[in-house]
Amino acid sequence: MSANDLQSTILRLLTDVAPDVDPASVQADVDFRDQFDFDSMDQLNFAIAIHKAFSIPIPEADYPKLASLKKCVDYVENKQRQ
Amino acid sequence: MSIEYCMPSLGADMEAATLVEWKIKPGDIVKRGDVVAVVETDKGAIDIEIYESGCVERLLVAPDTRVLVGAPLALIAGEPAAATTSAVPTAPALEPESKPEPAPTVAPAMHGHVKISPAARTRAHALNIDIDKVHGSGPGGVVTLQDIESAATKPKPSASDSMKAVIAAAMARSKREIPHYYLSTDVDYSATMTWLTRRNAELPIEQRMLPIVPLLRAIVLALKTTPDFNGYFKDNTYKPSDAIHLGVAIAQRGGGLIVPALLDAQDQTLAQLTGNLRDLVNRVRAGRLNNRELSEGTITLTSLGDGGVDSLSPVIYPPQVAIIGAGTVRERAWASEGKIDARPVLTLSLAADHRVSNGRSGAQFLARIRDYLQAPEKL
Repeated sequence: MSANDLQSTILRLLTDVAPDVDPASVQADVDFRDQFDFDSMDQLNFAIAIHKAFSIPIPEADYPKLASLKKCVDYVENKQRQ
Repeated sequence: MSIEYCMPSLGADMEAATLVEWKIKPGDIVKRGDVVAVVETDKGAIDIEIYESGCVERLLVAPDTRVLVGAPLALIAGEPAAATTSAVPTAPALEPESKPEPAPTVAPAMHGHVKISPAARTRAHALNIDIDKVHGSGPGGVVTLQDIESAATKPKPSASDSMKAVIAAAMARSKREIPHYYLSTDVDYSATMTWLTRRNAELPIEQRMLPIVPLLRAIVLALKTTPDFNGYFKDNTYKPSDAIHLGVAIAQRGGGLIVPALLDAQDQTLAQLTGNLRDLVNRVRAGRLNNRELSEGTITLTSLGDGGVDSLSPVIYPPQVAIIGAGTVRERAWASEGKIDARPVLTLSLAADHRVSNGRSGAQFLARIRDYLQAPEKL
């Protein structure tokens, strides 16, 4: 999967979890929490969606590594390389 | 013998709702608890249930009609085979919505043929724009947020504004009518957090629990022995409720606030509360709740744990008689047995109705919640 495909898949997962967020408006470098009031339940649901889509284990301590679109792309790429 | 099925109330300050879709047709057999229709309110699209069992005789209201709470929607024959016409009253004339557009909805299936981003759909709904008439400029003709903004040539009141008006009315009524008293206590959350971290590390991600869940369970257990905080104050009388329908205040992006209840929380284990809370939040985000969840809460928990504040003094949601506030679980200096160390601490607050309970029973209630949280393995 190319970096672009990966990013658009993650963006789709994000809007599944938060259907009221416009994918076109998401800033890659800014934490979801600071962009659109992402709360702890959204964060957990998003981690579950990432886990299911990419079949990677995500320990609780890693949730902060999924805090923004860019962090999330980096995290999934790293996990897939391992 | 026909029974009128009427528009249910979906909260203290709801006066009317717009029928969006029937899920039943004449001749269908329905039973108590079946979802029979979808209505549109300030709180989004709501599934409404029926309270009687029987056979659908006639639908009295067409979709896109605004219907007052308590006005008849359909006729149900009490016995499935006993449909008669003699007992049928004339359907009252109900005003159709004055605007020509179809009733807006956040239910995705309703505009299945229009490709539209969820945010654009939400915005179109808020701006009361008919998405069928909006040209989509996105890839493959998808209607984007920008298209909706462009289509909004003149400003109209948004759904968020009307929701704010509903909240304002309920909160003003609460402060006008309910003599609140406030208590708070600091809870050492280290036992719960340690237990939770260890438990979550062993569980698949879908079953992991948020720190609010043990609190929900502790509240339920405490209510079983302090019934003065769970029920309704109506007509100058307090009626305690055996069932615990635990309302959870959930903030919506864009400034809305919605308080659906975890129904029958008294019977739910920690694992069930975990799943049901997630389901409830997901349906709030998607705009799909049902009428019982919105109207039958018997007590409320409002958590500002994600907001970074230490404590809050919440406002009771009438006709309930108590609301519990939870601040952020944060490491603070904690003195115990002559020593000071750093522990995760949660400040819990209680606002309760002084017509029903007093400071002494309120203190007892908070102390019980606190004590349950010291032994999370027993929750």
